[in-house]
Amino acid sequence: MTFFVITLIKAALWAAAILLSLLYLQWIERKVIAHVQLRLGPSRVGPHGLLQPLADVMKLLLKEDLTPAGAHKFLYLLAPFLAVSLALVPVVVLPFGPEVEVFGVRTALHLADLNIGVLFLLAVTSLGVYGTALAGWASNSKYALLGALRSSAQMISYELPMAIAVVAPLLLANTLSLQGLAEAQGGYYGGWIPRWNVFQLPAPQIFGCVIFLISGFAETNRVPFDLPEAENELVAGFHTEYSSLKFASFFMAEYANMITSCAFATVLFFGAWQPLWPEAKGSGYFPTLLFGLAGLVALYHGLHPARPKDRITLPVVALAFFGLAAVFLIPVVRPVLLPVFWFVLKAGSLLFTFMWVRATLPRFRYDQLMAFTWKFLFPVAMVNLLATGLLVAVYGK
Amino acid sequence: MIDTLFFYLFALMTLGGGVLTITRRSAVHSAIWLIVSLAGAAGLYLLQKAEFLFAVQIILYVGGIVLLFLFVIMLVNLDQAARERQFNRQWWLALASALGVGGLIFYFLRAGSGSLQLAAAPVPSPVLEGNTERLADVLFSQYLLPFEVASILLLVAVVGSVIMARKRV
Repeated sequence: MTFFVITLIKAALWAAAILLSLLYLQWIERKVIAHVQLRLGPSRVGPHGLLQPLADVMKLLLKEDLTPAGAHKFLYLLAPFLAVSLALVPVVVLPFGPEVEVFGVRTALHLADLNIGVLFLLAVTSLGVYGTALAGWASNSKYALLGALRSSAQMISYELPMAIAVVAPLLLANTLSLQGLAEAQGGYYGGWIPRWNVFQLPAPQIFGCVIFLISGFAETNRVPFDLPEAENELVAGFHTEYSSLKFASFFMAEYANMITSCAFATVLFFGAWQPLWPEAKGSGYFPTLLFGLAGLVALYHGLHPARPKDRITLPVVALAFFGLAAVFLIPVVRPVLLPVFWFVLKAGSLLFTFMWVRATLPRFRYDQLMAFTWKFLFPVAMVNLLATGLLVAVYGK
Repeated sequence: MIDTLFFYLFALMTLGGGVLTITRRSAVHSAIWLIVSLAGAAGLYLLQKAEFLFAVQIILYVGGIVLLFLFVIMLVNLDQAARERQFNRQWWLALASALGVGGLIFYFLRAGSGSLQLAAAPVPSPVLEGNTERLADVLFSQYLLPFEVASILLLVAVVGSVIMARKRV
């Protein structure tokens, strides 16, 4: 009975967290890109544009829901549903932290620890492409079909180097469970350097990590690999004919896939919830320090405002940051919040990289895209895997 | 109880999907029903506690091979072909031979039903637990040669297809 209650609570918490971050990831992305390009980004709706996502949702809700003539009705409806539901499933297996004790209840932070967790993640993400392919075919439009074809070809091609890059860390950890992977990366070399798979001896996975991230960009159809929605060639690619909430579903699926990709990379290469330096050397106070510092910066800018309204909004933001800093000092919730903090920090940094790349790089040409994965990425991933296998076999773990 | 329910669900998916795969006119619909059929087979693997096979079935067949089918079907315009007159004029002959083969199989199954027995549940290995580990153990010790031969066969197929594709350029 308690198992069900705890699982329900956890499921509700993670579902709320992931949906909220989906909502605000788009706002963050627009802000980040705007600042990279010396603009302000959304700033009209609410203070600092903070209510922009809600406005966007309202706008999408109120748009007319079109179905093009000659579309295959059932598949046309099924495609966005498939895309978004398959994109949200992976949250179930992500390991957010170790087993913890909160209010006298011992529980793991993740929802399920499958013994084939890695394979499950790969399986679910490989199914996601059906959303795209079926959307393109069912909408009975040449642009959508071309976008879907490009996207299918791209996703099949990039799945290969990605899967091979995933195998190398598995050789180091000797498990398929994501929780097992996270635990295998605990500990520190010389008391400071973390034993994450990017640094782990005998075969540091630096190349594997880069290959995985590049393939992640391609799998999620992001710049510089956003060929499926190359708007100057294909209008909007596979979702050209979609409007209203169906269009929003594809949008949500893209961001959910981004989150999954970054979280998967965090688990495979960056030690999931393992802190950057040992708990004994004070890593537990890092979040308090970070949020405190952020609060001080906000307070300083509130006292020296660039615009009149900053005099009110920035101190409020500072207060929120101070509150967060204080929450991380409460002993009861510390064992839960600290692993989650490190996980979110690492995955968030990778997400920031995704946005940074989007703001910086132009799009690949289609033949370049295919030649890059088959002639460069795939061989390099293969060599990386063979080298890892050899090193693990010779030096042991 | 719930296992039986799921068994019938997956069996229905596998068989129904298979029948619909070969009866649909539109090639895209066929491919989609093939996905349903393969997913049903994956579910049956999972019911037999073969998690690894389940995952591989989904990743390779559903997420890879059928997607390639779908890709090719979308690339070549098959709608035109579907509208042409179908040349399956030997419908009755096909039905008769299918029934004949079915009857033959049924007869032999019935005649030899005494010697058939269900496989005993596998003995839990003392050292290795988990489907993946035991599969790897068997594959790389007992069946190493067939496994390697199969991989060479696949390699030959890949090299052959590359050569065939190159000649046209």
